[in-house]
Amino acid sequence: MTTLLTLSEEHTPKLPRHAKLRYDEARKKWIINAPERVFELDDIAGKVMQLVNGESSIKEIIDGLVKKFEGAPREVIAKDVLAMLQPLAEKGFIIL
Amino acid sequence: MTETKIEIEKSETQKSFSANKEKLQIPYAVLCELTHRCPLSCPYCSNPVELEMKSNEIDTQTWKKALSEAVKIGILQAHFSGGEPTSRKDLEELVQHASSIGLYTNLITSGVLINEERLKKLYDAGLDHVQVSFQDTDPENSNRIAGYKGHEKKLHTAKLIRKVGLPLTVNAVMHRQNLHNLESMIDMAVELDAERLEVAQVQYYGWALKNQTAFLPTREQLDNATEIVETARIRLKGILAIDYVVPDYYARRPKSCMGGWGRQFLNITPAGKVLPCHAAESLNFLNFDNIKDRSLSWIWEHSEAFNKFRGTSWMPEPCQSCDRKEIDWGGCRCQAFALTGNQNATDPTCELSPYRHVLDEPLANVGKEEIPDFIYRKIKVKRNIK
Repeated sequence: MTTLLTLSEEHTPKLPRHAKLRYDEARKKWIINAPERVFELDDIAGKVMQLVNGESSIKEIIDGLVKKFEGAPREVIAKDVLAMLQPLAEKGFIIL
Repeated sequence: MTETKIEIEKSETQKSFSANKEKLQIPYAVLCELTHRCPLSCPYCSNPVELEMKSNEIDTQTWKKALSEAVKIGILQAHFSGGEPTSRKDLEELVQHASSIGLYTNLITSGVLINEERLKKLYDAGLDHVQVSFQDTDPENSNRIAGYKGHEKKLHTAKLIRKVGLPLTVNAVMHRQNLHNLESMIDMAVELDAERLEVAQVQYYGWALKNQTAFLPTREQLDNATEIVETARIRLKGILAIDYVVPDYYARRPKSCMGGWGRQFLNITPAGKVLPCHAAESLNFLNFDNIKDRSLSWIWEHSEAFNKFRGTSWMPEPCQSCDRKEIDWGGCRCQAFALTGNQNATDPTCELSPYRHVLDEPLANVGKEEIPDFIYRKIKVKRNIK
């Protein structure tokens, strides 16, 4: 069962068993399937969610993205990642 | 079984719609009605009034072919329903197949025919989620509504579902005769460790329309229920998600039925007919193509039934010039036809409909009439009309 949480960089997020991330060829997008719900991710959300694996902390995910997108300031990426993950956590698409 | 729908959410940057909304959409979900056989006989069953017999059911290979074709046209989710889908012995095989080709798999069940061993097999086959229906929390009333003594077994099954590690949704169809137990239904879902509760008010087509007086709640009951759900949603945030479907008789504008005709969803009947919604056979003037004869891709694109009410060009006034026509897509065709006899009519649940009065009569009498006996769902032998 999920509990209400406010995400921080120390957390290690993962998808609950009922939510499944996959790439959809037909739509050319990453999507999350959940009971009678589909969450279509945009390009950046898709890149972030691929790093959500239950092993990497949010801090590590951000660091990975900073390396990948050289030039973007860490604080901007950190803010975007947390802002993207938080609503998913509130909807139960992400647990710790 | 009960109605299924799918919510589509998009991350922020993708909310703008494409310019051409009439173009063919990629469907999201297929509802596989494996059988109409069911030990329960709920008087609000969403199956058609004319039920298919076992001898007309399509075989395992045909279902597998349909699932494979579903993936090819972009479908993401397969919902296995019925009737009672666990009456089919090949359920595990179909779930395994669907899962192996990347479909998200959901089992919609009454829970009365399944044991722990079979649940484990389904888990191993890759089943992603189970939805169990409850008729009430009061065992006696629950059994009376279902026409079957299954309440205790349902509770047991729900616990086994969590025990084997499957996520659970409790589906509670609520109405005049059980809304007083809504709070205990929410408590029960929490106790069963469900992740979701669907509070679905009866929608009046087919069997439910025959039993309308027995089910239609009063305005007071409905408002009370809405308040209970809203309070519980706040209290249980992060613990239990509650989906709430209001009966559209009390709405001012129609619901976006199936997210629009032929836009997101298709339904395959036990006999292999492919429908734009599970109630579409009530539109008895439509011809439906069968998965035995045609590919799903051809049917989605070319079937007369799918194109009949697709988009907005079929709409009459006041729908045609309505700024909500691409929000509600004209509401529900089955309801419009059943209540007005006119397939193109504005959904009578809309306050702008010239037929709105057909709902006002039942609504004016709600709660005043004595509760009639149920007309239970049952299979009657169909004559073969070729």
